[in-house]
Amino acid sequence: MKILLMGNPNVGKSVIFSRLTGVNVIASNYHGTTVEFTRGTIHFNQKKAEIIDVPGTYSLVPTTKAEEVAAEMLKEGDIIINVIDATNLERSLNFTLDLIESGATIIVALNIWDEACHKGINIDADKLEKMLGVPVIPTCALTGEGIKELVGRLNEAKSREVEFKDRWGEIGNIVENVQKVTRRHHTPLERLGDASVIPATGIPIALVILFLSFWLIRLIGESLIGYVFDPLFEFLWTPLMMQISDLLEGGGFLHNLLIGQLIEGKIAYMESMGLLTTGLFVPIAAVLPYIFAFYFVLSLLEDLGYLPRLAVLMDTVMHRVGLHGMGVIPMMLGLGCNVSGALSTRILETRRERFIAMTLLAISVPCMAQIAMVAGLVGKYGIKGLGTVFFTMFLVWLGLGLLLNRIIRGESPEIFVDIAPYRPPHPKVVGKKVWMRVKWFLREALPFVLLGVLFVNILYTFGIIQRIGKYTAPVVTSLFGLPEEAVGALIVGFLRKDVAVGMLVPLNLSLKQLIIASVILAMYFPCVATFAAMLRELGIWDMLKSVGIMLLATAGVGSLLNLIL
Amino acid sequence: MNDGISLIRVRTGEDRRVVRIMGGYGIIRKLNLLGIKEDRNIKKVSSQPMRGPVVIEVGGSQVAIGYGMARRIIVEAEA
Repeated sequence: MKILLMGNPNVGKSVIFSRLTGVNVIASNYHGTTVEFTRGTIHFNQKKAEIIDVPGTYSLVPTTKAEEVAAEMLKEGDIIINVIDATNLERSLNFTLDLIESGATIIVALNIWDEACHKGINIDADKLEKMLGVPVIPTCALTGEGIKELVGRLNEAKSREVEFKDRWGEIGNIVENVQKVTRRHHTPLERLGDASVIPATGIPIALVILFLSFWLIRLIGESLIGYVFDPLFEFLWTPLMMQISDLLEGGGFLHNLLIGQLIEGKIAYMESMGLLTTGLFVPIAAVLPYIFAFYFVLSLLEDLGYLPRLAVLMDTVMHRVGLHGMGVIPMMLGLGCNVSGALSTRILETRRERFIAMTLLAISVPCMAQIAMVAGLVGKYGIKGLGTVFFTMFLVWLGLGLLLNRIIRGESPEIFVDIAPYRPPHPKVVGKKVWMRVKWFLREALPFVLLGVLFVNILYTFGIIQRIGKYTAPVVTSLFGLPEEAVGALIVGFLRKDVAVGMLVPLNLSLKQLIIASVILAMYFPCVATFAAMLRELGIWDMLKSVGIMLLATAGVGSLLNLIL
Repeated sequence: MNDGISLIRVRTGEDRRVVRIMGGYGIIRKLNLLGIKEDRNIKKVSSQPMRGPVVIEVGGSQVAIGYGMARRIIVEAEA
């Protein structure tokens, strides 16, 4: 038995899904957060039933990829829970009538009920139930109100055989009969919402928000490192590691593998390259604090509903690089992790846009793991180091985007997006989301980091890096001005960019070399996880094209930097 | 029927009744889905410079649409 959750974008399907199944899924206050199906199970009539969270759609005639999958999915559902937005009844009902006409077995969850009441919208749910001919249950998914009743009445879900001749007339009739609106003044939050999309006020607001975000991410990240993780490793982990080191008599294969090289008789967490030292320190003490900080800030912005407003402000710029405003969402998510960035390109309508977005993402949007490591590497040079790296990345993003928009045939469609009202972020929801993303990072990244460190050890033990260094010297040394050993970082960069950046530490590079190495490490190839995600989204042929662009761009930018810095 | 003007020419913050939508079935349908249709009142919340998108308030919620689409929405010349 299959139960589908369907409805317009951003009506809270994912929150209801979490409530029903206990399975946590990422939900945000903007259109298109769910681009894939999430499955879970519930007990219903003493049997297990599969429940699927379907991406939002406005109608059964699909216009985007996410909507296409939704329409396709409908055929498989035994019961459809149609989630509708009480604050936007008219728009929601069009999809409800689509579903009723299709003959599906339906129960309606009238969600965001509490906000509708606050807004002065009063809906007679019983009357709506009579007029639609299917059960209607008011819910407030965020607090869990009405969810029990929804489950309790699941078996009352009904299928009807009707055709609505005058669709909009029918909807107008229903709305007029069940809904009473008492108009009130705009709330401060609503006024702030309007001000965020008016250029004269919106651009300053955007700058303030971006500045505050960076400031907060740095503050949280640095504090966590300085007050929590550094002391933790220093005072708890190091003594333990030194004991193991002594036990292994300070050398030998196993020592090198677990503890790594001692630098002047001590463990240097960034350089030792042991599984238990660098392998744990990099993901946990160097990267995780920034991952946490980034996702905390991103989740606040998401749940507030800022991202679609940023999309409106950025629309004109994004058109220049072949995307429309919503293209800022994959870019923002990509700053956290390129994998989730690549997956979120599904909110873009055309294949062309998705190709451009993913290629730009892979080349010129470094992920937080990499940013954290680069910050550690060149941060001490201040704006001259970090500023140069990120300004270069931005120029690459812009230049490459302009170029791709020119050479790839076709046009980008116009923005067409619902702008949800600002909603105060719910602390519990934000906390849960950050926790899920941090957990995801640890599960996905930790194994690859350890694998990367293991790989480094094998490469060095067998002298492979030195040998490859000789072959690649014409490019790495002549073109980019880096020492031969830097090729080791490029090899490991296929696995994890953070470990790769760490490998630059013992090379004693000059600032110029550090900048070049950081930039080409970001550009030349995505990490294996991003590569897999892109391959799945783009297919082999477009992936090859994208890789070709990456290599060309890296060669060009790397040698240019070597010339001008 | 020449009493209407394009939404592009309406000032930010003004509320106008939609007279018609110039365009094919696809565009009319897409806008209808968001509640933008003939005889409905819509408010222009903002517009971006250089043919940027327009934010419209309709039925208590807001949508952003591209310049090209906004241009095809014809509203009453006078509120």
